[in-house]
Amino acid sequence: MITIKTTDRYNITAFRSFMTIILSLVAGLGVISIIFLMAGVNPLHAISEIFSGSFGSIYGFKETLTKAIPLILIGAGLTLAFRAKFWNIGAEGQLLMGAIFATWVGLTFGELLPPYFIVPLIFLAGFIGGGLWGIIPAILKIKYSINEVISTLMLNYICAELLTMLIVGPWKGKTRFGFPGTNNLPDSAILGLIPGSRIHYATLILAILCAIVLCVVIYKTRFGYEARVVGENPDAGKYAGINFLKTSLILMAISGGLAGLAGVGEVAGIHHYLGYPASVSSGYGFTAIIVAWLAKLNPLFTIISGIFFAGILVGGDAIQISLGLPAATVEIVNGTLLIFLIMGDYFLNHKITLQFSHT
Amino acid sequence: MNAISKSFHGIHANQDINLVVESGEILGLLGENGAGKTTLMNILYGLYQPDSGQIKINGNPIRINNPVESITHGIGMVHQHFMLIQNHSVIENIALGYKDTPFFFPKISIRKKVEQFSKQFDFHMDTEKKVWQLSAGEQQRVEIIKALLNGADLLILDEPTSVLTPLEIKELIAIMREMKAKGHMIIFISHKLDEIMDICDRVVVLQKGKIAGSADTRNTDKKALARMMVGRDVVFNINRERLTRGERVLSIENLNVFGEKGFQVVKNISFDLFKNEIFGIAGVSGNGQRELAEAITGIRPIASGKVTINGKDITNTSPRHIYDNGVSHVPEERIRFGIAPGLFLYDNAILKQHHLKKFSKRYFLNYSQVKHHTNTIVDRFKVSTHSINNQIRNLSGGNIQKLILGREISEQPQLLVASHPTYGLDVGATEFLRKHLLHLRKQGSSVLLFSEDLEEIFELCDRVAVIFQGEFMAILDSDDERFSDIGLMMAGSKRI
Repeated sequence: MITIKTTDRYNITAFRSFMTIILSLVAGLGVISIIFLMAGVNPLHAISEIFSGSFGSIYGFKETLTKAIPLILIGAGLTLAFRAKFWNIGAEGQLLMGAIFATWVGLTFGELLPPYFIVPLIFLAGFIGGGLWGIIPAILKIKYSINEVISTLMLNYICAELLTMLIVGPWKGKTRFGFPGTNNLPDSAILGLIPGSRIHYATLILAILCAIVLCVVIYKTRFGYEARVVGENPDAGKYAGINFLKTSLILMAISGGLAGLAGVGEVAGIHHYLGYPASVSSGYGFTAIIVAWLAKLNPLFTIISGIFFAGILVGGDAIQISLGLPAATVEIVNGTLLIFLIMGDYFLNHKITLQFSHT
Repeated sequence: MNAISKSFHGIHANQDINLVVESGEILGLLGENGAGKTTLMNILYGLYQPDSGQIKINGNPIRINNPVESITHGIGMVHQHFMLIQNHSVIENIALGYKDTPFFFPKISIRKKVEQFSKQFDFHMDTEKKVWQLSAGEQQRVEIIKALLNGADLLILDEPTSVLTPLEIKELIAIMREMKAKGHMIIFISHKLDEIMDICDRVVVLQKGKIAGSADTRNTDKKALARMMVGRDVVFNINRERLTRGERVLSIENLNVFGEKGFQVVKNISFDLFKNEIFGIAGVSGNGQRELAEAITGIRPIASGKVTINGKDITNTSPRHIYDNGVSHVPEERIRFGIAPGLFLYDNAILKQHHLKKFSKRYFLNYSQVKHHTNTIVDRFKVSTHSINNQIRNLSGGNIQKLILGREISEQPQLLVASHPTYGLDVGATEFLRKHLLHLRKQGSSVLLFSEDLEEIFELCDRVAVIFQGEFMAILDSDDERFSDIGLMMAGSKRI
């Protein structure tokens, strides 16, 4: 008889942790290879296409960086929420709400104010929009014990429908010739790009700054300490006199606010108008969950993991064209990698031994 | 057990240990926190594999790979921290661990067996109650039933009396004697010398993972055992000097508190507590002590009544506000409330203090101060750890407790609410802690001490209240003669 026994593993080294991530990714790519084989594509070719499409050329890398911006912003915010075991699955909705707020400010005040005034203002509006959308589930959770996984997830759909209602209804722009969508933002509200690319550098700088600042917040501040205590053991948090409502509100305001900033970047940096939800964000709010996880819930590492997953998104687009694979391929790749990362985490924290005995 | 050795991360938890238990024998296993008692028993129970050495039953060498196998070999264990599923009922928990549980309608057949068994050993058990509703003593009885129902010949009891009331201890001892008479073997792990001397036939003393000695209880005495265990003489009777009590610190008026089950568990309690005073609350566990302590420290809402600290009303204010008014708290459920397991030692050392000016400027924590403070606690309270950059979940229960105690009493509180502070501590640490409580008293603090250890209550307290079903049966000076009837008061049959 074979028995499987698990014991907790203590004192995990950074090296071991790193190697686990690498092995998980390799194993994940192994399974993805099988899927490619079933689709009749040479897996080695497909995987190399993904990475050469995203990191192998200057054009590809520029696209990768563009897509990394929202992933880093949202991923960094999610690390904070996840540290406190607040399972925020609603970053997608928070991103859209940020985009809605920013669009309103841009369309309303854009003509009246100069760029150096309007650009900070739309970022602020986006942060507030995302943050407000984020604190709703925090209030529901603390005041009424409503599970945040459900409420954050549902708020995604509410926000998406609200946005759709706005762009087909009251905000429908005259310049769209009847198609849904707002008018273009005025020039003063449009973010500058690095020439020859779609990288809206203001948001990129903001993303990297946010990741660094959040790292300090989590590890060095009183608030970060309280969030970690609440995440580790809510009862101990209560005993320590930590105000749950205040802590949750702040952390969800930050987590949602950063997603809102990502929404600003997408609208003011890429599209220049508010269109259908699926065109504003290609699922960044969900992909960022994997980004946060791959970063081991350290906001600083989301800079790296954000670029990595942006690469997969871009590479996925590339193989759609070059190998004729369906759009869902990227989602399969992402989902498989997430499952393997989570499994890797389990094996990192637990030691598995097989025992053979004859009875 | 022959020449058993086991080490964790290069630290020897057990080294060359030989242990023999004969049928119809109660063997005591004595040792300080971290002496390796629990590790040794976990090896016997199949939770760990020894690095070297051999286990034999009736002369046949066996290999125990996991608890299931140890159960088939007739070994049962009741852990210090119970292995029960909180949201399931008693009967469901028993059915889960029982080897002959039928697949369909498991509860019906098991219930009969449990009732039969309860009668035989004179247990009282509401099998439909959920485990989280039970007191520690009742949960332990569930564990014992589980083990015996599986036909354990050798029962390992890991510090079984530490959670029991005097009455329950008597019942447990009766059960143990009954088992002994039927030829069962028992390994009894304890810190309490009195019990070891009372119950056991033979005692083996562990120190730092090695056997420090063994003796027949008939041919030895408490002092000799204590010396073997600690390696030096231990003072048993601490002198409590007479102090005149100072002004009033804590005042409780007509306090009413409800428990988790929705029943009123603290009923109209009133008392005052003064400077330079230790006020003891004696009683069988589950009579409202935990809820009373939680209500005073702000963790549990107060239904009606008033709590004042130094004349300031703190009724139903936040735990932090109460802490800032000078109230420290050593909670009863230390692992549940006292620590954030995945955080480092130094994070845990400031759990309640992190908002103080000393450790945090407006927004940032001052980690160099925090680490300095942690080192002081670790040194003073002899917390054994290789580093303060260590997740606290890696520490043993006794060491976690030492850190919590150090954190709560190092700040010289005005009022210390201490629930069973010496529960689970070894003799050396207990002695240190009791001395420290008296030191706090001398320095002008007042202490509210919840304890089931009557010896401790009378040794430390100036006044003692006896609690039964949420009411005080008496408040007396600890040298009052009427305390000869404390047993009756704790059982609720006498009120003064």
